[in-house]
Amino acid sequence: MTMRRLINLKRVEARRIYLTYAVVIAAYVICQVMSSTKFLSSSMRGMLVPICAYMVMSVSLNLVVGISGELSLGHAGFMSVGAFSGVASAILMQGVITNAPVRLALAMIVAAVFAAFAGFVIGIPVLRLKGDYLAIVTLAFGEIIKSLLNNFYFGMDSQGLHFSMLTDTTRLLKGGRLIIRGPMGISGIQKIATFPAGFILLMIALMVVFNLVNSRSGRAFMAIRDDRIAAESIGLDITKYKMMAFVTSAALAGAAGALFAMNYSTIVANKFDFNTSILILVFVVLGGQGNMLGGIIAAAVLTILPEKLRQFSDYRMLLYAIILIVMMLATNNDEIKNFLNRINPFRRKEAE
Amino acid sequence: MIFLNYFISGISLGSIYAIIALGYTMVYGIAKMLNFAHGDVIMVGAYVCFYAVSRYEFPPFVGVILAMFVCTVLGMLVERLAYKPLRQAPSLAVLITAIGMSYFLQNTALLLWSSNPKVFPSIVGRGAFKLFEGKLSVSHITALTISACVVIMIVLSLFISKTRLGKAMRACSEDKGAAQLMGINVNATISLTFAIGSGLAAVAGALLCSAYPTLMPTTGALPGIKAFTAAVFGGIGSIPGAFLGGLMLGVIEIFAKAYISSQLSDAVVFAVLIIVLLVKPAGLLGKQAQEKV
Amino acid sequence: MRKVLVSMLLVLAVSSCAFGAAFKLGGTAPLTGGAAIYGMAAMRGAQIAVDEINAMGGDVKFELRYEDDTHDAEKAVNAYNALKDWGMQLSLGSVTSKPCEATAAENFADRIFALTPSASSAAVTEGKDNVFQMCFVDPNQGTASAQYIGGKGFAKKVAVIWKNDDVYSKGIRDTFVETAPKFGLEVVSETTFADGNDNDFSVQLTEAQTNGAELVFLPMYYQPASLILAQAKAMDYAPKWFGVDGMDGILTMEGFDKSLAEGVMLLTPFNSDATDARTKNFVAEYQKRHGEIPNQFAADGYDCVYAYCQALTQAKATADMSAEELCAKMIEQFTTMTFNGVTGENVRWAANGEVTKDPKGMVIKDGAYVGLD
Repeated sequence: MTMRRLINLKRVEARRIYLTYAVVIAAYVICQVMSSTKFLSSSMRGMLVPICAYMVMSVSLNLVVGISGELSLGHAGFMSVGAFSGVASAILMQGVITNAPVRLALAMIVAAVFAAFAGFVIGIPVLRLKGDYLAIVTLAFGEIIKSLLNNFYFGMDSQGLHFSMLTDTTRLLKGGRLIIRGPMGISGIQKIATFPAGFILLMIALMVVFNLVNSRSGRAFMAIRDDRIAAESIGLDITKYKMMAFVTSAALAGAAGALFAMNYSTIVANKFDFNTSILILVFVVLGGQGNMLGGIIAAAVLTILPEKLRQFSDYRMLLYAIILIVMMLATNNDEIKNFLNRINPFRRKEAE
Repeated sequence: MIFLNYFISGISLGSIYAIIALGYTMVYGIAKMLNFAHGDVIMVGAYVCFYAVSRYEFPPFVGVILAMFVCTVLGMLVERLAYKPLRQAPSLAVLITAIGMSYFLQNTALLLWSSNPKVFPSIVGRGAFKLFEGKLSVSHITALTISACVVIMIVLSLFISKTRLGKAMRACSEDKGAAQLMGINVNATISLTFAIGSGLAAVAGALLCSAYPTLMPTTGALPGIKAFTAAVFGGIGSIPGAFLGGLMLGVIEIFAKAYISSQLSDAVVFAVLIIVLLVKPAGLLGKQAQEKV
Repeated sequence: MRKVLVSMLLVLAVSSCAFGAAFKLGGTAPLTGGAAIYGMAAMRGAQIAVDEINAMGGDVKFELRYEDDTHDAEKAVNAYNALKDWGMQLSLGSVTSKPCEATAAENFADRIFALTPSASSAAVTEGKDNVFQMCFVDPNQGTASAQYIGGKGFAKKVAVIWKNDDVYSKGIRDTFVETAPKFGLEVVSETTFADGNDNDFSVQLTEAQTNGAELVFLPMYYQPASLILAQAKAMDYAPKWFGVDGMDGILTMEGFDKSLAEGVMLLTPFNSDATDARTKNFVAEYQKRHGEIPNQFAADGYDCVYAYCQALTQAKATADMSAEELCAKMIEQFTTMTFNGVTGENVRWAANGEVTKDPKGMVIKDGAYVGLD
């Protein structure tokens, strides 16, 4: 009996995973076709890469919030680390590697490594805490990363790399380039991020997360989330598993940050502030914690929504706020949910 | 003497954080939710007070009372429309709704009152008490904020520990289901909590903008986050904790600016917060929650 | 709701009567969020100019559209793309620096000419032949301020308070601190603030005071500056104050105690109290529409549209030309023409897009600007 239920559960889970891949691939093909036949407006075309980056962010944060059950309010910090390290490394590689997609891929890998390292360092103190205290510490780290990057200078000249904090004391030789310029961030970025690259990154992120979730470690994550004490009592190394989820998530966020940053000619640390962290959290919560596809769709909807509201000019952000509240109420209030279920024939079938 | 002056600056900044943190912690303690819209209720309170005093020339205390009234109604309305339907929902859903509410209030303010910064008239004037032959000065608004903080803290503590309504609040905070069984109207109690919290926000708004007199639709947002940090610092849910956390945050911020680096002061503040939470995971005065097996 | 309907009808009416003959002029600006003050002002200034030009009934007519970018590079590119879909032929870039760096790169790639009213960082125009600025570039403001202070002998010891997470503030600060020694100035104290700790300035002011600064240089916008002035007064610190063009607007803040700004000096291209007919007319119209005195952003927006009008007239451009054709013509015009506007006489542009105009030294006396010279 239990065995069969488990198998059934696995089947449902597997179906959900395939559905997620299918939807992502279908959406990619449709967008590519529409984009190449000029059917897509400039406005939509311009949003393809950031949407991919936000989707990866959503998947990445979902691993921490949905699967591992920790509230993180500083996820944009990892995106920031990834954006800055990725762009800086892409600029350094400019002369050496002329193939843009290769440079982009390498930059994303560098970004993931840096962000993973940041995730590890931050994870050590953070994962000792619980609940809202953990949340506030991640918020604090997000702010610290922003503050440090706003005071960080990094340049390159014929003598090599130069760093400095607070003021620019790199004293670059003639012909050198100051890459990260404190509060002015990075300017003159080559826009090498592409939609296919974004799609590939999203697929990689999904594979990583699904494989992790459906492995022994993944079951351990969920056991810890659902009952920490019970998990501990059967000998699960809680810190190890939490750290694993946290670092993986940070690495994905870093790669997404690099992708995002290389879609624009300029990037500043202030972009990755508390509001961005919250925005990503909204994707996860709105899509349903632990539900990757939901989070991905939410990321797309909430990125496109403010653009579609442009016709309302002054009332745009007000409407955005109202829609956000209404969506939260509609997806979380039992009465409204029941009502929606009743009028939705698909849902009823699934519930049975 | 400069050290003392910095200390006083820290206390005056901290007292502002403290008074905002009191509202945060009050709502968190009872409703168990992080009300991220609290900072924006403060902003609304400040605007109401601004218009009452500056445009319609009411005396300042009338302005504050008017603001308290408006904010109390607003707080209850927000609770009824946005938070109450989510009473059974996961706490994250409520958090996001609160953020949506915060955007809503900011953008409504932008439409109603425009983005142009307004200079808030101080509710007690711009004078200062001079000590030690003028070497040390404590502005009237600082003195008022600290006294207001202490009074509010004491009144709130007494209210919560002594009155019937306060006991009902504590009961709701401990266990909503059991409280309901004991005949406590949980919804009304939470509504009352929001009313008190929002009324406090109005006072905080008037004091914040008297101390740092510019007013914009985004005025409440960042001090709100700082105050939230202060509340956690002191142990969220604890009323004396919010007071202590606020004051300490202010003093640390000013000292970090003065003695470490004005560029990194925020990083220092947050680093101290992290260290404190590692040593005392529930904040300075917070209760360590018992884990149930 | 009624306001929406009325404005929609108005838009319809305007667009239908101008249809076919109007140049589509688009820009992005922060219309919501913390930087909305600047965006709204620039948009309103530009709108007044557009209405005036259309009412004159000349050959050049404009249809203006502004999109919100919330002072964010990502949203600015989105807004820019929305304008492209609308059919924008000429661009007003973005109002703030970082977003404009992002949209300027798009302008360059798409060959749509841009003239930004107020995005002043050097990176906005760097390496782009079709992006021009109406305002001073930040590094020049830093140098000009140091030169002015040193040259006029206002002070020897100066303190600088700047905003550590702001491109504009940082850009001016860098060249100011770099060139100050050349003009006999010693920077005795340098302190910063950032979003989130921009309320309390007691430390920054005490540092300046204890280090004996005779003059405090404030490369920042007027809102934090107003707090600094008030707090300095409260601690009885009365140095000379020197601001930059972002300081303009301080006198128009509702409820501001103008005596606090008494004696504040600033370099600004625009003076709303100027007595020339052009400025008077603009200020009166702005006040009539919005109940406020226009600031420098509004004036820059206003001048941008008039500069376009002049360039288009001289180039004999017509509204049926493509953005690319117009771009080539505009580059030719802007690098050769001389423009007179409310933000300056004999304004000229270099080939790299930077503007040359004389900054006016102003001092606030009895709650109004008076020329320093």
